[in-house]
Amino acid sequence: MLNYIARRLLWAIPTLIFVSFISFVIIQLPPGDFVTAYAAQLRNSGDYITEAQEAAMRAEWGLNDPLIVQYWRWISNIVLHGDFGRSLEWNAAVSDLIWERVGLTLIISTLSMVFTWIIAIPVGVYSATRQYSVFDYVFTVFGFLGKGVPDFLLALILMWVTFVWLNMDVGGLVSPQFEGQPWTIAKFGNMLTHIWIPLVVLATGGAAGLIRVMRANMLDELRKPYVETAYAQGFGERTVVWRYPVRVALNPFISTVGWALPALFSGDVITAVVLNLPTTGPLLLQALKMQDMYLAGSFILILSVFTVIGTVLSDILLALSDPRIRFS
Amino acid sequence: MSDTTRTSQSSMPPERLLQLDNVGVHFPTRDGLVKAVNGVSYHVNKGEVLGIVGESGSGKSVTARSIMRLQPKNAINASGTIRYRCKSGEELLINEQDRLGRTMRNLRGNEIGMIFQEPMTALSPVHTIGTQIMRTVMLHRQVSKADARARAIELLTKVQMPRPTDIVDRFPHHLSGGMRQRAMIALALACDPALLIADEPTTALDVTTEAQILELLKRLQDEMNMAIVFITHNFGVVADIADRVAVMYLGRVVETGTVDEIFYEPKHPYTQALLQSIPRLGQSHGRRLRTIAGMVPDPFNVPTGCSFHPRCMQAVGGICDVKTPDDVVFASGQRARCHFAGQDRQAEAAQ
Repeated sequence: MLNYIARRLLWAIPTLIFVSFISFVIIQLPPGDFVTAYAAQLRNSGDYITEAQEAAMRAEWGLNDPLIVQYWRWISNIVLHGDFGRSLEWNAAVSDLIWERVGLTLIISTLSMVFTWIIAIPVGVYSATRQYSVFDYVFTVFGFLGKGVPDFLLALILMWVTFVWLNMDVGGLVSPQFEGQPWTIAKFGNMLTHIWIPLVVLATGGAAGLIRVMRANMLDELRKPYVETAYAQGFGERTVVWRYPVRVALNPFISTVGWALPALFSGDVITAVVLNLPTTGPLLLQALKMQDMYLAGSFILILSVFTVIGTVLSDILLALSDPRIRFS
Repeated sequence: MSDTTRTSQSSMPPERLLQLDNVGVHFPTRDGLVKAVNGVSYHVNKGEVLGIVGESGSGKSVTARSIMRLQPKNAINASGTIRYRCKSGEELLINEQDRLGRTMRNLRGNEIGMIFQEPMTALSPVHTIGTQIMRTVMLHRQVSKADARARAIELLTKVQMPRPTDIVDRFPHHLSGGMRQRAMIALALACDPALLIADEPTTALDVTTEAQILELLKRLQDEMNMAIVFITHNFGVVADIADRVAVMYLGRVVETGTVDEIFYEPKHPYTQALLQSIPRLGQSHGRRLRTIAGMVPDPFNVPTGCSFHPRCMQAVGGICDVKTPDDVVFASGQRARCHFAGQDRQAEAAQ
């Protein structure tokens, strides 16, 4: 088992190096470079720099060096100093811009995933063990509705309802008076009155799909002979269902836990824009629109790193839960 | 009719462990009602092996599952009684028990063990052999985890599992088919059941392994003085292991008797035909093997009268296709459900 984990971790290293290189190439892909964009920015604001000044800046920043040298400088700055470069649009260090957003995104994503699982797994198990019962149909209808209604629409409706009937403004993650303030208990309490909307929106969309997956997995597993064996041992229905088929039916969930991480990171962009949430999604969208290369590149790098870490994580979890994986 | 109901409510003879009377199990389907089991009666005495033989779809597995009350959820228990004598000596009417009730749960795995056809899939793939056996032991007996583990190793030794102390921590996918069936048997025997239901336990195994498993079951049955209901479609296996045999066709027991009676003096034309369709050593070469004409009728259109009459060589028009035969009971206790049982010599002479 330790052997397996060590091997998976070792394999992650070349993968990480490779994705970081690809991320850097993507940053370099748009025509022009940092200086071109900087000069254009200055020109827009009425300033002017000469060709010679531009060339000097290029030399100073090392932009004439070969790609591999530049990559090395970029990645070693990130790894050794945590320096992701500068955002042109915000005129600030990228690392100052993203970490708070990354933290908030992780909180919202993790919470919504936990809610998704808390809803989806019991409902899926119920729907499968009581197939074609009244509640199975109710959950099925709910599931298709939840899957069919776009997240942002649900977000809009919830915001409108709370505004009209409860007279609350729940956009953003905190009320305007707390924005930019240091974190206090009052601000945290205020956040709790806002955070439930993105959680509900993200959890319903996710749960609706997962209920269907869980139900289908369970229906497959419930027909397997080992379930009958468990009944033949004298266990009650609840013990049989939760100890045996659920254990096996959960494996596909566990193997996709890793993908949930990057998906939640970038997948909720529209909802986040609608709800005016200070998460990573809207910032990434903005960076891509403005060709803010270092900001966008940093996001792409972070997303890729999360994907790799998530995959390793779910591989390890799956091996822990399913002995058949460990030895193949 | 009321008379027969009354007699079926009387108590069983003291040596009797299990008795089925006129058991009927039906399945409602989109195309109509399937009478999968249609009035089956058989009994098992303590320490006795009853072989149940029949083609696929003859209802032998469904009947066995109704002893455990483990039929599919849509099954209808249409008729009959199933009586079982508990270890305490008290008689229990299984057909009146709730499927998931305490009484049934206490019976399963404790008094009645069951082994299944597919050793590959009948064990949980994500738990070790030891865990699965220990759970059963701890469910029915108030023992510590360490004692349950010791019991698991003891059981694995009993079923002649190689390296039991190592296998106890292994997962089913580490074991071969024969070893899995041994583990399955160890699981079924976890609490020393008085009755073991074996539903085609050797069908999925190769012939060598089959012989080993049969040998093991015979030895365990002898050691533990346990009764076995052994379901199979293989007459050779029955001859090897059973004391008595019940032959089933289309949801009915057509003939019961001791192994010798069934093999040497079969009274029902279906049993006779089945035995003639088995190749035998020393039989003259060049003779074609006899087969039973026709197909098993589809369960929605069971023939009227004797359900075997369309395929029966000895069927007599006007009787067999009209009237459902009753059991003919012979002095030895052998029973055959045929209008002409015991008269087949004349029938043969008439051909």
